[in-house]
Amino acid sequence: MSALDVTDAPELLRDDEVPLSRRGPAATRDVVAFGFWLFLLSDIVIFATLFAGYAVLSGQTAGGPTGVQLFDRGRVLLETACLLTSSLTCGLCALSCVRRNTAATYLWGAVTFLLGASFIALEFSEFARLIAQGAGPTRSAFLSAFFSLVGTHGLHVTLGLGWLMVMMAQVTTLGFRPMIIRRLLCFSLFWHTLDIVWIGVFTIVYLGAR
Amino acid sequence: MDSHGDARAQAPGAEPGAHGNLAKYLTGFGFAVVLTLASFWAAGTHLVWAPGVPVLLAALAIAQMGVHLVYFLNVSSAPDQTNNFLALAFGIFVVGLVVFGSMIIMANLNANMMPMEQLMQMQR
Repeated sequence: MSALDVTDAPELLRDDEVPLSRRGPAATRDVVAFGFWLFLLSDIVIFATLFAGYAVLSGQTAGGPTGVQLFDRGRVLLETACLLTSSLTCGLCALSCVRRNTAATYLWGAVTFLLGASFIALEFSEFARLIAQGAGPTRSAFLSAFFSLVGTHGLHVTLGLGWLMVMMAQVTTLGFRPMIIRRLLCFSLFWHTLDIVWIGVFTIVYLGAR
Repeated sequence: MDSHGDARAQAPGAEPGAHGNLAKYLTGFGFAVVLTLASFWAAGTHLVWAPGVPVLLAALAIAQMGVHLVYFLNVSSAPDQTNNFLALAFGIFVVGLVVFGSMIIMANLNANMMPMEQLMQMQR
């Protein structure tokens, strides 16, 4: 063994000096979270196409109602409060899960679920009111774009609620295994990302309506 | 599990130290609440010059997205997060291309389109 090999031996170097080729595979948690991060970014690109469609079509009301006539800002503020607070409680749930605190995980999971469900209920009743007023997705290009964009976000939140229920059931049946903690961390990333998309929705669709 | 190799590439939200930070979550939540209320205030106020309101709303929204990324998703430009940060930069690039590209192209087509009456006459 030459002198060079000895000085290059990974165990003699600090972590950040180990050459990339000698570090071995990354930890599973890092690989999983990075892959999930790429999925989230691709999901954001889907929303970007819907935002682009909305931006192009938002003025095409075909003689129908405009955004200012239809949207209720008080309700949107309430929806935003629900989603933002649920983002915090979802983070607290993931935190409790990492600390293997069962009671806190269930508590914050339940609060997150209730806030998310309130958001969906508010959005659903808004859609029902619009459709009852004759301002459904078939009324104008503006409303088609509105229902696609906001509806896709609502669909994501609904699927997230299902995922949260599955995660709580898995914590019950499987306990805090590394696999379960990884999944709950991924859920937490998903939920925070939906909140980021919602910032775009309330700014462009509701507050930007004219 | 990973006591040795933690200095290398880490995924967002996966740092053992940073993710266990309750104070970070609460700080981020505080910033987000202030920015959200500021957005709703800016949309209804007459204190700001009306044509400047969309710019103000955009600035507040971008600031809040940054707050969410840093405080909730734990994305940073630290050397151990290069992969996540590059992926994020590429994502933002694609989003900008799709949104602003579509808007510019459609506005251009719209401006160059023949007025509807002439178009109808040509079809006769």
